[in-house]
Amino acid sequence: MWTWFYKLASPPYVYGAAAALAPWFLGLAAITIGYGLVAGLAFAPPDYQQGDAFRIIYVHAPSAWMSLFAYSSMAVAGAIALIWRIKMGHAVAAASAPIGASFTVLALVTGSLWGRPMWGTYWAWDPRLTSELILLFLYVGVMSLRSAFEDPARGDRAAALLAIVGLVNVPIIHYSVLWWNSLHQGATVAKLGKPSMPGSMLWPLLSMLLGFMLFYGAVLCMRLQGEVLNRERQAKWVREAIKS
Amino acid sequence: MGGYAGYVWPCFLFACVVLAWNLWAARRYHAAARLRAARALLMAAGDAS
Repeated sequence: MWTWFYKLASPPYVYGAAAALAPWFLGLAAITIGYGLVAGLAFAPPDYQQGDAFRIIYVHAPSAWMSLFAYSSMAVAGAIALIWRIKMGHAVAAASAPIGASFTVLALVTGSLWGRPMWGTYWAWDPRLTSELILLFLYVGVMSLRSAFEDPARGDRAAALLAIVGLVNVPIIHYSVLWWNSLHQGATVAKLGKPSMPGSMLWPLLSMLLGFMLFYGAVLCMRLQGEVLNRERQAKWVREAIKS
Repeated sequence: MGGYAGYVWPCFLFACVVLAWNLWAARRYHAAARLRAARALLMAAGDAS
C-alpha cells in the first residue's frame, strides 16, 4: 500500500495515470449524465408539492455535492502535500480548485432559480445559502493566495493551509439545515435506509451524482496533466511526454 | 414543465455551459502547459548547442 502511495509522489506516474484515466472518466460521465438527464426530465413524475420545478434537483444537488467533494479533495491533497512533502498533492489541490469553484457557482445559480418559484425570492441570507456562498469565497481565496506569491512553493503552502482551515465550513454547510431554522429543505438522499423519494425520481438523481463525480475526475485529470507539466517543465521525462 | 419552464430550462442550460467551460478550460490549460514545456526544452537545447 505504501509503495502505491509513494508512486503517487512521482510526477511521470501521475501524468501518465491522469492521461490514461481522463477518457474513461469522461466516457462514463457522458453515459451516466445522459441517462440521468433523460430519466430526470422525461420519465420522473412531477413532485406532488413542487410540480415540475423539482427537476432542478437533477443539476442543483449534484453540483452542490461536488462543490463540497472538490473542496474536501483539495484540502486533503493540500494536507498530504504539507505532511509528507509530496509536491503532487499541491498539483492536485491546484487542479481541483477551479473545478470546485465552478460547481459552487452552478449550485448557487440553480439554487437561486429554484428558490424564486418555491420561496418567492432568488436569494435569502439563509444558513445553507450563506455557508455555500462562503465556500465560493474560500475557493476564490485559495486560488488567489496560490498565485499571490512570487515563489510558487510558498504560494502552494499558503493555499494548502487556507484550504485546510476552510474545511471547517464543509460540515457547517451539510448540517446547516439541521442546526438552524432554514428555508432550505432537509436531506433527501442521505437519509440512510429511507430516502424521501420514490425510485423513479431517485435513480436519475443518483446517476447524475455519479456522472458529475466522474466528470470531476475527468476534468481533474486533464487539469492535473497541465499542472504537472507546468511544475516539471525542466525535467527529462517531460521531453518524452511532449513528443508522444 | 407545468409553468416552471422559465426556471427549469435555464438551470439545465447553465449546467451545460459550466460543464462545457470546464472541459474547454482544462484542455486549453493542458495545451498551454505543453507549449510552455516545449518552448523551455527548445531554449534549453539552444543553450546547450
